[in-house]
Amino acid sequence: MSDAKDWPLWEVFVRAKGGLSHRHAGSVHAADAKMALEHARDTYTRRMEGVSLWVVPSAQITASDPADAGPLFEPAEDKIYRHPTFYSIPSHIKHI
Amino acid sequence: MYTTDLSGKNAKKPEAAAAEDPVLLATFEARVANDEFIEPKDWMPEAYRRTLVRQISQHAHSEIVGMLPEGNWITRAPNLRRKAILLAKVQDEGGHGLYLYSAAETLGASREEMIDALHSGKAKYSTIFNYPTLTWADIGAIGWLVDGAAIMNQVPLQRTSYGPYARAMVRICKEESFHQRQGYELMMAMMAGTPEQKRMGQDAMNRWWHPSLMMFGPPDDKSPNTEQSIRWRIKRETNDELRQKFVDVTVPQAEAIGLSVPDPNLKWNDARGHYDFGALDWEEFYAVVRGEGAVAKERMTARVKAWEDGAWVREAARAYAEKRAAAKVAAE
Repeated sequence: MSDAKDWPLWEVFVRAKGGLSHRHAGSVHAADAKMALEHARDTYTRRMEGVSLWVVPSAQITASDPADAGPLFEPAEDKIYRHPTFYSIPSHIKHI
Repeated sequence: MYTTDLSGKNAKKPEAAAAEDPVLLATFEARVANDEFIEPKDWMPEAYRRTLVRQISQHAHSEIVGMLPEGNWITRAPNLRRKAILLAKVQDEGGHGLYLYSAAETLGASREEMIDALHSGKAKYSTIFNYPTLTWADIGAIGWLVDGAAIMNQVPLQRTSYGPYARAMVRICKEESFHQRQGYELMMAMMAGTPEQKRMGQDAMNRWWHPSLMMFGPPDDKSPNTEQSIRWRIKRETNDELRQKFVDVTVPQAEAIGLSVPDPNLKWNDARGHYDFGALDWEEFYAVVRGEGAVAKERMTARVKAWEDGAWVREAARAYAEKRAAAKVAAE
């Protein structure tokens, strides 16, 4: 049994219902995409948690490095004028 | 299902922490103390990673081995309703094992390594599954008591510091609730039945009560990892606190359906606001941990056989996928 290898890993995304985005649920091992969908169904939607599934080979995901999160997101930190609350408008002005 | 940290006795104290970068370590400790979640690619001390891999994989193994005692009764369920329920429950346990293996894999452990560790006896699983399921009433006792104890253990773990583990626990807790309720309902039916059925119900209670209390692990003064694990939010309440909570909620449930708790020292203590209960036989517990449980060998033999009998399927599926991928490349 030691010469056998794990099947590739797939990340599973579930759309809970129409109108919502697919959301990461977990992962499964499967030999191919079709089997990954079947395993994802059996593992993550036993109680009708979804109406649609995506499976993506885990190796295909490029992720940002948490250690670089500071510099990566820093440019947004000082741009408070991107938020509507930055602007003061007199209270008698309506619908804005 | 659930396992408590069984290798606590032999686990090394985290002197390795001394070798870690002190700045990173301090940041990590502060984040955890602040109840932040740690995610897979975040920096973490090696001892934290190791402890988590051990705890999560033990937990996963327990779910997987936990399918065996109940699977034993699927073909003999007394009616179709009970059979469908039991099938769904056993399938859930398999699912729980998979959520947890996935969570452990985010820490760099491979599925194959973990399964090898289980089969070779290197990894532990919950002692509770090394007891046999002798009658149908045992299925009720397992759902109500064993899964009940599991829920008690798992609810605080929904806020454990490691994100993937916490998320797996949220999902598992939601599903365990059905397991406990179906077990209690089964016990209710037994206790409302013929004298013989009642006897079976009480017999199951007598055999499963003490092993269920031991599921919370050794007493706090004999659980050396507890303090560190609580500081790291890998564990959120101590073994004895959880055990007391379980006794307090479960005793009235037993009494309500005419089951007596097999403990002559069990008594409500008004001053403490808790039940007092008799000492547990920890020698038995450690014997079961060492693999001396009534059906320990049978459990592992069944696991290894299932794994080996399935090897050709895993290999064939892989070969087929590779062949199709190659054909696709050739066609492009």
